[in-house]
Amino acid sequence: MKRIKIETPLTEEVIKDLKVGDMVFINGYVYTARDAAHKRLFELIKINAPLPFDLKGQIIYYVGPTPAPPGKVIGSAGPTTSSRMDSYAPLLLSMGLKGMIGKGQRSKEVKEAIKHYKAIYFLATGGAGALLSKHIISAEEIAFSDLGTESIKKLLLKDFPVFVAIDSYGGDIFER
Amino acid sequence: MRKISREQIVNTVKNLYKEAAISLPGDVQEAIKAAYEKEEGISREILGQIIENQKIALEEKIPLCQDTGIAVLFVYWGTEAIYEDGDLMEALNEGVRLAVKEGYLRASVVDDPLFERKNTKDNTPAIVHFELTAGDKVKIVLAPKGAGSENMSSIKMLKPAEGIEAVKAFVIETVKKAGGNPCPPIIVGVGIGGNFEKSAILAKKALLRKAGKPNENPNFAKLERELLEEINSLHIGPMAVGGKTTALAVHIEYAPCHIASLPVAVNIQCHAARHKEVEL
Repeated sequence: MKRIKIETPLTEEVIKDLKVGDMVFINGYVYTARDAAHKRLFELIKINAPLPFDLKGQIIYYVGPTPAPPGKVIGSAGPTTSSRMDSYAPLLLSMGLKGMIGKGQRSKEVKEAIKHYKAIYFLATGGAGALLSKHIISAEEIAFSDLGTESIKKLLLKDFPVFVAIDSYGGDIFER
Repeated sequence: MRKISREQIVNTVKNLYKEAAISLPGDVQEAIKAAYEKEEGISREILGQIIENQKIALEEKIPLCQDTGIAVLFVYWGTEAIYEDGDLMEALNEGVRLAVKEGYLRASVVDDPLFERKNTKDNTPAIVHFELTAGDKVKIVLAPKGAGSENMSSIKMLKPAEGIEAVKAFVIETVKKAGGNPCPPIIVGVGIGGNFEKSAILAKKALLRKAGKPNENPNFAKLERELLEEINSLHIGPMAVGGKTTALAVHIEYAPCHIASLPVAVNIQCHAARHKEVEL
């Protein structure tokens, strides 16, 4: 298993070296969004309104963490099921989003969009939210705070462990 | 008559939920460890993370998984125990509410499922199943049930003539369709018989059995073994990256049913098979 350290935002240069099955340690900022936040992003895009963050080169992490206990930056923070975001992902990829972190398989449309836009889908270990939270060194809520756990947060990651699940060549770990 | 107070109920539920969120039953831990020994490559790496996660959660009192579930409670109430402090459901939900607050658990419940979907902010109401039992004891079983695995569960009303093969095919099909979504390695709870709703409750109860403990009926124990073998030969593996362990266990519960029916419910449980119980 190849082990690769990367930094965000992502570039095509970095993405082209990432292949299905590689273990990747992500460093830098990523943004959280799950069901309700995606719905809101979609509504903003529909009316051409500005988004809470520039999608270009960014990674969205599908997560709704538990509240941060005193003295911690975040609570348990593992991935949620990605397929619920499948209907939104191709549009976001077309607007410059480069990576997604989640769990579970993706639709054919998402896979095609990942290949077309030279993006990447990472798998994080579901149910390892306590361990993964140790790799999040800061968390700042930047939009939709009324959504609680589903708000958009900007997370700073340090060696956040994931696996390449769908690469920019169309390789898919779930179909091996 | 033995009196059970509101305070007892509230504190019991609160403590059960807080503890269940950060610690797995020993039998589940053992089953995951055994799977780790058998795997290699990415699937071994993933199980290694899951084992490390258990340590961190317990030491730092951080929930094992961010999905601290909807609280599912089975309350076995001895008919010689009496509750005189008003609304028992209120007390059970108060326990949940306090656990969520004190244990920093996630509020994952919305009030109306279809239109507003507004978060209730305290993870209430819980799903509560009551059963009356003999004696004066009260047993409360609490299982925080995450949606990743619950969403992959399914129910089917088979024809009696379709028999064992159809039951097997339905269980396998459900597991296959679920793929990596329910966070494998999973525990598969199967409820056979009863009626529509009874089979679903049986499937849920099957998940609360000690991991890998066979059904006492040899026919159903054999079916459990065969299903486990077939599921693991699918090679879905941990988080569906491939591997030997797709399920840690298959548990079947069964009940008598109508001459025209063969209900089968499959309730899938992620590897964070959290549940805890106490007798008052």
